[in-house]
Amino acid sequence: MILPILVLALMVGTFGTLLVYVASLLGPKKKKTVAKYMPYECGLPGQETKKTNVSIRFYLTAILFIMFDIEILFLYPWAVAYRDFVDAGQGAFMFWELFVFIGLFVFGLLWEIKAKALDWE
Amino acid sequence: MGSDVFEITVNVIKMLIIFLLMVQLVPILVWVERRGSAFIQNRFGPNRVGPLGLTQLLADAVKFLFKEEFVPPKSHALLYYAAPVLALIPGAIAFGGIPLSMPIDIQPFQMFGSEWGPYTFKFQSYDLDIGILFILAISSLGAYALLLAGWGSNNKYSLFGALRASAQMISYELAMGLSLVGMLMLYQTLNFSNMVELQKGPLHFMFFGKEILIPFLPNWGIFYQPLGFILFATAAFAETNRLPFDLPEAEGELVAGYHTEYGGLKMLLFYIGEYGHMMVASAVMVTFYFGGYELPFSLSDSLTGAVRGAFSSVNLGNVMAALVIHVVMLLKILFFLWVFIWVRWTLPRFRYDQLMDLGWKTMLPWSLANVLATAYLILMAGSAV
Repeated sequence: MILPILVLALMVGTFGTLLVYVASLLGPKKKKTVAKYMPYECGLPGQETKKTNVSIRFYLTAILFIMFDIEILFLYPWAVAYRDFVDAGQGAFMFWELFVFIGLFVFGLLWEIKAKALDWE
Repeated sequence: MGSDVFEITVNVIKMLIIFLLMVQLVPILVWVERRGSAFIQNRFGPNRVGPLGLTQLLADAVKFLFKEEFVPPKSHALLYYAAPVLALIPGAIAFGGIPLSMPIDIQPFQMFGSEWGPYTFKFQSYDLDIGILFILAISSLGAYALLLAGWGSNNKYSLFGALRASAQMISYELAMGLSLVGMLMLYQTLNFSNMVELQKGPLHFMFFGKEILIPFLPNWGIFYQPLGFILFATAAFAETNRLPFDLPEAEGELVAGYHTEYGGLKMLLFYIGEYGHMMVASAVMVTFYFGGYELPFSLSDSLTGAVRGAFSSVNLGNVMAALVIHVVMLLKILFFLWVFIWVRWTLPRFRYDQLMDLGWKTMLPWSLANVLATAYLILMAGSAV
C-alpha cells in the first residue's frame, strides 16, 4: 500500500524541483550588489549575528505537544472499537476506562496551567 | 496498485491528474481571494487582464517563471531550496487519500486485440484503511517545510515566523485530533469511503431503543457532532496558517514571516502548499461532516441514473456519472474554501498569547469534554449513525 504514496511523493518532488530549476534558468541575470544581497531588515544596515536567542517556551510547547499527542493517538483505536463493546454489553467498562484516561490527561493539563508552562509573557 | 498494465497505467495517470487538479485550483483560488477581498472591501480588484481579470492568473504565472534567481548569500543553500519543494509534498500526498467521487466500475472490453477487465477504479490516488490518521500525520509534516524555510533563510524575521508556525501547528493539532474522536466513535471506521457510505439517506438513528427518523435532514455528521465540527474548523484555520491565526506571516510584525527571503517561483510553491492544505482541510470537513461526494437523500442515485441513461455504452456512462458526482464534491470543497477566504477578510488577527491560550486552554478542554459527552451518550442512549 505504500508504493503509490512513494510514487506520488516522487512525482510531486520532481515537479517542484523541475519548476525551481527551470525558473532559475529563465530569470534575468543581474549584477549582485551588496545592498540587494543583505538579509532583509527594516531599512537599517543589517546586524545579523550567527546566534539568535530563541525563547524557551517554543521548546517547552514542543515537548508538551509530544506527550499529549501520544495520548490522543491512543484514543483513536479506542474510539473505533467503542461501539462494538457497547453492543456487546461491555460499554460501561470501556467508558470508565476512558474516564480515567481523560482524567489523567486533564490532571496533566491542569498541572501545566498551574505551573505556568502554557503562559506566554 | 493493480494487477495488469492497463490498471497500473490508469492508476498512475489518475494520480497525476488529481495532483494537477490540486495545482490548477490554486490560481483560481488566488483569483477568488483577490476578487473576493475586493468585493468585501468595496474595491474592484484585478479586472484589467481578460474577462473579469481571469487571465491575470496566466500573466502572474509567467511573471513568476521569469523572475531573477535570488539566494541570500548567508543562507543554507540546500535548506533554502529544499523548503519550497517540501512545502508542496504533504498537501499533495494528503489530498490523494480523500475520495473525490464514487468508484468507477468498468465492464470487460476489447482493446488491442485482447480482453481487458473487469476493473473497479477508485476516484482517489489510494484508498487507505487508516484514511484520516494518514491525512493527519502527513499534513502535520508541513511544519517541517516552514521550519526549514525559516532556518535556511538565515533572517531573523524568517526564523521567528517559522518558530511561530511550528509552535502554532503543533498546538492546534491536539484539538484537531481530539475533535474527530467523537465522530470516529459513531462511524467505527477510519476509512473515508466507509464514512461516505454511512452518511447516505435521511437522518435516522437509534435513541433509547426507539428508531428516530427525521426525513427533511440528510444523515450528515454535522447533525451528530456540531461542536466537533466547530472545533475542527477552527483548528483547520490555525493549521493552514490562515487569518485570524496567520501569525507566522503577520506582516505588521514579521514582514512576511518564513518566506521573507523568497520570491518568484519558490514563493509560488509555498502558496500552492498552503492552498493544498486548505483543500485537504475542506475535503476532510466535507467527508466527515457534510456527506462527502454524495448529494443529500437519494438525489445522487437519481442523478447518476439519469447520466448513465444518456450514454449507450455502460463503461462511458459509469465514467460520466462519476465525473458528475465529482463536480458535487468540488462544489462542496469550493464552498469551504470560500469560507476560508471570507473569514480572512472578516476577523482581525489574534495576539500570540491569545492564540496559544485559545489552543491549549479553551479548545483542548472543550474537545476533551466533547469526547466524554459523546461516549456517555452512546453508552446511555445507543445512538448510532
